[in-house]
Amino acid sequence: MTQTRFYRTQNSEPEEDTKPTTTTTVTTGGGGRTAMRVIVPLQGVVQGRGGLVLGSVIPCALFYFLQLYLKRHRSNPTAPPSPPATETTPSSSSSSGQLTEISGLHRSLSRPLLSPRGSTGPAYISSRANSIVKSSDSPYYVGLKKVSEDPYDELDNPDGVIQLGLAENKLSLDLVRDWLAENARDSIIGGGGSGGGELSISGIATYQPFDGLMELKVAVAGFMSEVMKGSVSFNPSQIVLTAGATPAIEILGFCLADPGNAFLVPSPYYPSIDRDLKWRTGVEIIPVPCRSADNFSLSITALDRAFNQAKKRGQKVRGIIISNPSNPVGNLLNRDTLYSLVDFAREKNIHIISDEIFAGSTLGSEEFVSMAEIIDSEDFDRNRVHIVYGLSKDLSLPGFRVGVIYSFNENVLAAARKLTRFSSVSAPTQRLLISMLSDTRFIQKFIETNRERLGRMYNEFVAGLKQLNIECTKSSGGFYCWADMSGLIRSYNEKGELELWDKLLNIAKINVTPGSSCHCIEPGWFRCCFTTLTEKDIPVVMDRIQKVLQTCKSRS
Amino acid sequence: MRFIQQNLLSKIAISNGHGEEIPYFDGWKAYDSNPFHPINNPQGVIQMGLAENELCFDLIQEWILKNPGASICTAEGVNEFRDTALYQDYHGLPEFRNAIAKFMGKVRGDKVTFDPDRIVMSGGATGAHEMLAFCLADPGDAFLVPVPYYPGFDRDLRWRTGVQLLPVHCESTFKLTITALEAAYEKAQAANIKVKGLIITNPSNPLGTVLDRETLRSLVSFINAKNIHLVCDEIYAATVFSQPGFISISEILEEMECNRDLIHIVYSLSKDMGLPGFRVGIVYSYNDAVVNCARKMSSFGLVSTQTQHLIASMLSDDEFVERYILESAKRLATRHKDFTRGLAQVGIGCLKSSAGLFVWMDLRRLLKEKTIEAETELWRVIIDKVKLNVSPGSSFHCSEPGWFRVCFANMDNETMVVALQRIRKFVLETKEPEMPPKKRYCQGNLRQLSFKSRRCEDIMMAPSMMSPHSPIPQSPLVRATT
Repeated sequence: MTQTRFYRTQNSEPEEDTKPTTTTTVTTGGGGRTAMRVIVPLQGVVQGRGGLVLGSVIPCALFYFLQLYLKRHRSNPTAPPSPPATETTPSSSSSSGQLTEISGLHRSLSRPLLSPRGSTGPAYISSRANSIVKSSDSPYYVGLKKVSEDPYDELDNPDGVIQLGLAENKLSLDLVRDWLAENARDSIIGGGGSGGGELSISGIATYQPFDGLMELKVAVAGFMSEVMKGSVSFNPSQIVLTAGATPAIEILGFCLADPGNAFLVPSPYYPSIDRDLKWRTGVEIIPVPCRSADNFSLSITALDRAFNQAKKRGQKVRGIIISNPSNPVGNLLNRDTLYSLVDFAREKNIHIISDEIFAGSTLGSEEFVSMAEIIDSEDFDRNRVHIVYGLSKDLSLPGFRVGVIYSFNENVLAAARKLTRFSSVSAPTQRLLISMLSDTRFIQKFIETNRERLGRMYNEFVAGLKQLNIECTKSSGGFYCWADMSGLIRSYNEKGELELWDKLLNIAKINVTPGSSCHCIEPGWFRCCFTTLTEKDIPVVMDRIQKVLQTCKSRS
Repeated sequence: MRFIQQNLLSKIAISNGHGEEIPYFDGWKAYDSNPFHPINNPQGVIQMGLAENELCFDLIQEWILKNPGASICTAEGVNEFRDTALYQDYHGLPEFRNAIAKFMGKVRGDKVTFDPDRIVMSGGATGAHEMLAFCLADPGDAFLVPVPYYPGFDRDLRWRTGVQLLPVHCESTFKLTITALEAAYEKAQAANIKVKGLIITNPSNPLGTVLDRETLRSLVSFINAKNIHLVCDEIYAATVFSQPGFISISEILEEMECNRDLIHIVYSLSKDMGLPGFRVGIVYSYNDAVVNCARKMSSFGLVSTQTQHLIASMLSDDEFVERYILESAKRLATRHKDFTRGLAQVGIGCLKSSAGLFVWMDLRRLLKEKTIEAETELWRVIIDKVKLNVSPGSSFHCSEPGWFRVCFANMDNETMVVALQRIRKFVLETKEPEMPPKKRYCQGNLRQLSFKSRRCEDIMMAPSMMSPHSPIPQSPLVRATT
């Protein structure tokens, strides 16, 4: 089982130090606290005191044992003697990634898959599938599951779990609903009862362009400008629509990087990007840690260091992924930082993916600057800049699955358009959104009201935490605050953090996201989404946290 | 530093994995640049390469108008809006999965039941196939696929997954045999390729035939003996319009002992309900690990909850579903009969079929010689001069030249009549071996082309739609509402 565990560590699920089997790899990674967060274990080995020797000996040894294992367990003598060479060819650059891929092969699942009816043995599924089937036990997913099993409801289930772990916005849904009730009657198949309207059933039933209807692209471009307060205009022909931001990120991953290549991602970053980006593409993520001392702001020096380390390892870095407003911290990237990012990308000849999915959900007065604006104002080869957007957050319609790739690179657009055949937006939803987004008066009012409500909730929530002596970083955007509970954890490490998380989930019954799920290198930080609440819920949440705090007092 | 484009994009982005270089797509381009319209462009290319089913649109339209609440986006349905708009769980709305499971059973004559917990959603059958390939095979692994097979497989299954397809060549009767499968399997073994499974379409695309019980049973035994997966694409299940009827693999599983972990079904509403624009694809796997994994993977191609809700309401209306299935089969039968009869009058035969939205047309006797080149040449004549976008057998990897897939359900009756007239005229004229008429054709064609380019522009202004296989904008086809 060693290798299976090993893979999960590599997958950066925050559970490394709890699994005894991984400790050999992990503790060599330099010792002390940093060891805990080693993302690619072998990377850790190489950088740590073990140095190059261990870094090469361990993988070789593991690989050798694996081959032995495969040889011994090839039960069917008639099967082709497929040499390990064939299995290892696909990924060539990183030996660790390769190793773990193979180690996932057929084993962890073979036993449960053995059907009593089958006489010939287990059904082998792919190692890609094996790698993920059991990976859900990261706290982020555990928490979400817990809420879905026992959701809080003021009247029906007052003892249920309160959701603070999902970045969805319930604050302004009434506005959308009212619009629909008044206006949407004919938006799907137009023309009312006559059936002879401009848009008949064939306008939604038949094949439509996979990358989205042009009318919707025009409407989305308008919405994006509106959300960014007119500071920049978007060209609809540079838009590719996908079924949510999840496939948008993945498609960019497929287009910009080959298996084994890597993206630099400033951490903490939002938890699901690991799965969204890496799983099927075979692309790697190199977290670039930001620190509380700098208010978790991005440092070009750290990026540069990570880039050079990757280069030394022989790993090709294809780009950098930022989220702006940042998820989970909630800070914005200012103009200067964006310019230096662009310079950095140019110097290293890599791409920039800017996830701006919260652009319209800003708090307070700080100005949001889109990467598109920087590109507009700068004489810069735009081909390397790609923006990800969606309607899940700013229009609070995650169920509608509309994601946006906005790129300046014709080749990326061409490939992405073709790749949308695997994940396009269903036509009835497109038609509906076209009429909604084209109602500019409604949209303006929506954005304004939503911002207002968001700001109010944020202030109340943060004030509530403050009364409990829990401080948050100053947030300028997003549906969450980034709360510092490091003073409340029993031991200043990931274990301590997860202990507190567990208490919050199981005793206080609130689901927050622990910093370790976001690859935060400092323990004790938590992301709390407040947009799933109503104002009435805030005292309940604070009450529940308070109860847990009392049990934590012993430390101080 | 200069931006070096080629080095900076992935192999997937710059390779031809999308497969749109093959001649099959030229037909699409020909259609896209000059689409037929009964009034605006009566000389345009008629689209017969698109397996769409619009014969029963009136029934669906009527239902949607009668049930305005179903779309949740009207005053009647808006109470459901809040929960639906927020729901982003990749399991899919429970009512959606229940309705799909029930519908799948109904389409298969209620002889089998499907477990809603095994229904995994994906972005169309395209997404479903890719998802299964991701789940079942690693880069370099292979699937056996009996030829002729749907050309999109080459792209959908291989492009991002790195999986290979190994064509299984069957005898000229287009009947799948175990001998052929064994041979293909052994060949792969000899080449040191790991075969992970077998993919079949039943009813067959492009043949329109169904697999009989014996064949299905032998397939199951085959994959069991080899311990490889069986992916059954049953997206044409409800298009069966005559005997022999359709037998689902799920029925066979009830009858015989086998390892169920090896069996996976791909389904969709694009053909059976004629709703490709809704992008509803389904993976139904009997393997728990695959269900589990595919569910997580479905985040990359979820169907909008609004559409899920609409579909759930529509498919839960038993009366409507029963009427739809019956009526659809009836109309397909009529269309198939009219079309094949029209072809038979000029001596063109088709492979006998009982399902699908197309026929497998036999033009072998019109070939100059029995080669793929001759077939492609004939096909270009059909595109350029007869002005029909049909799909040549070679694009389906058919080993015998001279066969063409012709779709007949994506048009109204009048368009079909025009298409038939064109084919008949063409066949009658090509019987004359002299050269002059051919020359005349060319000139006529040239004149027409220049004349038409202006019209074409007008049409391009219309709300653009695109064919599922081509990046070029299309005109509104022949969808004159009745």
